[in-house]
Amino acid sequence: MKKKKREIQDKIQELMTLAGRVRIDISDEILKLQEKISGEEDPLVRTWATVQLARHSDRPTALDLINRITDRFLELHGDRAFSDDPALIGGIGTLDEIPVTFIGHQKGQNLKENIKRNYGMAHPEGYRKALRLARQAEKFGRPIITIIDTPGAYPGIASEERGIAEAIARNLKEFSTLKTPIICVIVGEGGSGGALGIGVGDRVFMLENAIYSVISPEGCASILLKDAGKARDAAHLLKLTAPDLLQFGIIDGIIPEPVGGAQNDLPATAAVLKERLRKELRTLRKIPLPQLLKNRGQRLQNFGEFREPAREKEEGSANKFLVQLREKVTSRFSLS
Amino acid sequence: MKIHRLSRYLPLRSRKRKTRRKAAPFLAKERVIAKKRHQCPFCHRHIEGGELEKNLFVCPDCSHHFRITPQERIIFLFDPDSFQETEQGITSLNPIDFPGYDDKIRRMVNITGLDEAVITGIGSINGNRTVLAVMSFKFMGGSMGSAVGEKIARAIFNGVKQSLPVIIFASSGGARMQEGIFSLMQMAKTSHAAARLEEAGMPLFIVLTDPTTGGVTASFAMLGDVTLAEPGALIGFAGPRVIEGTIKQKLPESFQRSEFLLEKGFIDLIVERKELRPTLSYLIETHSPEGVR
Repeated sequence: MKKKKREIQDKIQELMTLAGRVRIDISDEILKLQEKISGEEDPLVRTWATVQLARHSDRPTALDLINRITDRFLELHGDRAFSDDPALIGGIGTLDEIPVTFIGHQKGQNLKENIKRNYGMAHPEGYRKALRLARQAEKFGRPIITIIDTPGAYPGIASEERGIAEAIARNLKEFSTLKTPIICVIVGEGGSGGALGIGVGDRVFMLENAIYSVISPEGCASILLKDAGKARDAAHLLKLTAPDLLQFGIIDGIIPEPVGGAQNDLPATAAVLKERLRKELRTLRKIPLPQLLKNRGQRLQNFGEFREPAREKEEGSANKFLVQLREKVTSRFSLS
Repeated sequence: MKIHRLSRYLPLRSRKRKTRRKAAPFLAKERVIAKKRHQCPFCHRHIEGGELEKNLFVCPDCSHHFRITPQERIIFLFDPDSFQETEQGITSLNPIDFPGYDDKIRRMVNITGLDEAVITGIGSINGNRTVLAVMSFKFMGGSMGSAVGEKIARAIFNGVKQSLPVIIFASSGGARMQEGIFSLMQMAKTSHAAARLEEAGMPLFIVLTDPTTGGVTASFAMLGDVTLAEPGALIGFAGPRVIEGTIKQKLPESFQRSEFLLEKGFIDLIVERKELRPTLSYLIETHSPEGVR
């Protein structure tokens, strides 16, 4: 029995290296093999399988999901300043006869689509379009639902020239005080600032096999582990899966996917998502606006784990830093 | 990379050393600096340590701005004796149990003499009281983890509570990867704080220093009412190496420098280090209800 287990594990290892080298998706096979080893599962393998699923080329895109969730969806274009970004889409749809503004990253499902959509990596105009549509939603009292699925904001020359950092920063600030309910759902890849740029809201959910991280496993591997090939280890260390994030209190819930992943059954995925969104919208719309904004602010301020000294201790001890400063100032500088 | 290596010659404040030799630690260090000769990475001129420090760590010939520590910045900027540190003792935990992170923090605390990659406090510039946060690039690349995010957010909230303007000196490589998703959330936290400061009607002044990139640029550092930058500072979202990796081309030296951002319209003004004190003082006065004195 033990020998058999080792054989399977070797097989998995082999498939993983192969997948890394030729970049094809074999997460299904890996999952199947994994199931064979019942009881003990290698968390490293499981996390990596989730990463593969989150990036699966057949995974439902934002438009797939929005079109299934809404009765009718009207896509709106352009940031009114520079151009229209196909990598970040938005518009108005109705859910339960309630008009809702949808904003989402749009990936393609084949090479041609992906070139048009820039693999879901938005430029500044995308984030500015998102803000324009969000302001519009606020004006007409429409709730906002954002669908997050991006490897990250596009790191290129044009992106920097037009101020990608400013565009994302502006969105973080404005979304944090927007006077309408916001629900965010990470459906595939939640890649760093590019994801957070439309990821500030009252409720944040993740599909079961989605990931959400400050940096891609590959990036983390090459920077911190000094080995680009260690993406698998990095993915595990980063704790980027939905159960991890739920435990950390970063997200509010996990939306289950059909067996094997969302790509296997789009209608079922959309139906479960719709049900959840409908329920949350009903709850959020009942909360008075000032309370909603207060809760949202509190939520954002609560993020973070740090050590803090007891208050009285802090006041009791002399301000060491100040004493040092004073010495330094008097000994060396005369300031005008 | 040359610049980075040079920064080794900037005075280091080691906690250990300080406790060991209590008598006049700064004087002792000054002697060391005076002996050291620096070389400007741009014009290659050799500069005596003392001369460089008197010139606020700016090359007297080509006015290249060396990176400086937050302690030095506070001395250069504030009225003597006016700075009072706040949010002391907020330090990092290891929220996602990243291997080696605790050790790294301990090492950084020893090297920099700081608790974290930012000092926050309240002080006055030319008699104008203001909240200040200064980031330290030397402390793990000035990266923003939970402790840094919390300190900056609280500093901004100090501005809200006490109706004071807030000045932040940004200098950071971005989010602190070792804290995973928690570091990403600090972007939202600090940006929300900036929104609250705006609601309170108090100004946020940002000074971008070399280098400011990643998650810090994409949050509070781009949300100033007035955004200043030191000359020649690297400012951007993606680092130059990442962009070079995407486009498979070498980028020009001027790309993502302060002058580039000024041209593209993302900063208000480039200010030399010696002009920072009068400029910030004037800005605070023009934004205060009492007006310019």
